[in-house]
Amino acid sequence: MADLTQFTLAEARDALAKKDFSAAELAETYIKAVQAGRDLNAYITETPEVALERARESDDRRAKGAPIGAMDGLPIAMKDLFCTEGVLTTAASHILDGFVPPYESTVSANLRSAGAVMLGKTNLDEFAMGSANITSYYGPVKNPWKAKGGANVGKDLVPGGSSGGSAAAVAAGLAMAATGTDTGGSIRQPASFCGITGLKPTYGRCSRWGVVAFASSLDQAGPMTKTVRDAAIMLGAMAGHDPKDSTSAAMAVPDFEAALTGDIRGLNVGIPKEYSMDGMDPEIQALWDKGQEWLKAAGANIKQISLPHTKYALATYYIVAPAEASANLARYDGVRYGLRVPGESLDDMYMNTRGEGFGEEVQRRILIGTYVLSSGYYDAYYIKAQRVRSLIANDFKTAFKDVDVILTPTAPTAAFPLGEKQEDPVAMYLNDVFTVPTSLAGLPGMSVPAGLSKDGLPLGLQLIGRAFDEETLLRVAGVMESAAAFSFHHGLEV
Amino acid sequence: MSLDKDTVKNIAYLARIRVGDDKLGPLAGELSTIMGWIEQLQELNTDGVEPMASVAAMSLPQRRDVVTDGNCRDAVLKNAPDAEDGFFAVPKVVE
Repeated sequence: MADLTQFTLAEARDALAKKDFSAAELAETYIKAVQAGRDLNAYITETPEVALERARESDDRRAKGAPIGAMDGLPIAMKDLFCTEGVLTTAASHILDGFVPPYESTVSANLRSAGAVMLGKTNLDEFAMGSANITSYYGPVKNPWKAKGGANVGKDLVPGGSSGGSAAAVAAGLAMAATGTDTGGSIRQPASFCGITGLKPTYGRCSRWGVVAFASSLDQAGPMTKTVRDAAIMLGAMAGHDPKDSTSAAMAVPDFEAALTGDIRGLNVGIPKEYSMDGMDPEIQALWDKGQEWLKAAGANIKQISLPHTKYALATYYIVAPAEASANLARYDGVRYGLRVPGESLDDMYMNTRGEGFGEEVQRRILIGTYVLSSGYYDAYYIKAQRVRSLIANDFKTAFKDVDVILTPTAPTAAFPLGEKQEDPVAMYLNDVFTVPTSLAGLPGMSVPAGLSKDGLPLGLQLIGRAFDEETLLRVAGVMESAAAFSFHHGLEV
Repeated sequence: MSLDKDTVKNIAYLARIRVGDDKLGPLAGELSTIMGWIEQLQELNTDGVEPMASVAAMSLPQRRDVVTDGNCRDAVLKNAPDAEDGFFAVPKVVE
């Protein structure tokens, strides 16, 4: 039989419908792959029993002629930020030790209703705070890609973050697709580093209910897949209005796959001049130029645009996100769930628990958040950042009067070695320079693998769309994917 | 903007995070670097610009004020590090 771990969601869906193989066979293949790929540390918790049970249920539905979901029998990984009923949920933090949610997040429940089979919970940066998957309490994830040349040959590379385990799992064939969450780039940057497709939908498209919160005005769940078509399939299964999340949009979910017409003639593609930064890697610039040529050749119009407040986006993000995080993470107090480190008094217990339970990066961000929200600094930092956020969102609003999508690089570099950029938090934050503005504006953004660096590592290009216009985004992404002809398994050594 | 050790100690207390005395110095350095970098926002004139708290262009939905959930005490307490007689247990607060 063909190697089932090479199949995309769309291919496996069609093969299951033709009964080429069963969902149980598919699940068994992936369970073995997950076990064989443990060296990558992509999973925190494997759930082979859950996978087999759901795969058999899927096979039963097909045998009985019962209604079949959009992802029936397809094996996926769940970022360990989604609460899953009866299955350990850690957010990659020591402070959630032993936490087994008695409820299921809306997104994972939607996927389950669509018939998806959960293989396990994937590793991430602690509380999704990081860009290299090195802040996990459960250890770093390795990128399945290795450099073919240059200074990094033979070194273990980071998968990006925070959804690093999901990206590595999909790239290495340890899951057919995976869920991610994106607050400032956590789906798109690891997708770029691992050579897969990552889509952060419009804020409000997918419910945040049951997702461990980092920065509530920015957090958004999305699919991480091998192809653009798979992203369309999986987004359709994840999305939908949820009364349990008051910011969930009361909008119908379109047929995203139907948007993949391949026809982008006459569409206007914006190229923001502010994303050409001083000292930009010439390889990234060259890839970006190539992306423009591809879209032009497909009949789109390329237009130069300006997003004047781009340079302030990262600093804005590093006020807004830590401020919200410091409030959200106040709930980890050693009383209701997770770790408790005893102390003499209640305050002592809180301080001991949080001092031991949170890792360094999470503590740094809580402290920054506490500081910018503290009396005397609230207006100077927090309100100031919210005002700049308005300016950044307005930049996009103005630009989208003239263009239908915006094309930029996803990340300023290819994957870098484990152990680099760890000393300087600000250097690490710069990984998200191209993805953070989209997050602040709540717009959909998507990374599509577009080429390889001279060292043979994957590089992605980012497309940004209008709010709730993932369809145009996917259509353009599909055209770019075809033009790039990125060989999914090229260079992969697992 | 530079944060000294006392400031870090104070915000760590506000955030209820135990930070060892030996860590206060390095942390003050790191946080000062981050805050120094954030300082660039001050060069931007934002007079008259509305602060943006959420991108969701909608008013908060309302629903009837009725009980929609509950009767799940055991599930709520299941993950508690210490639960007694149907309550969360904490160190003694009142002498």
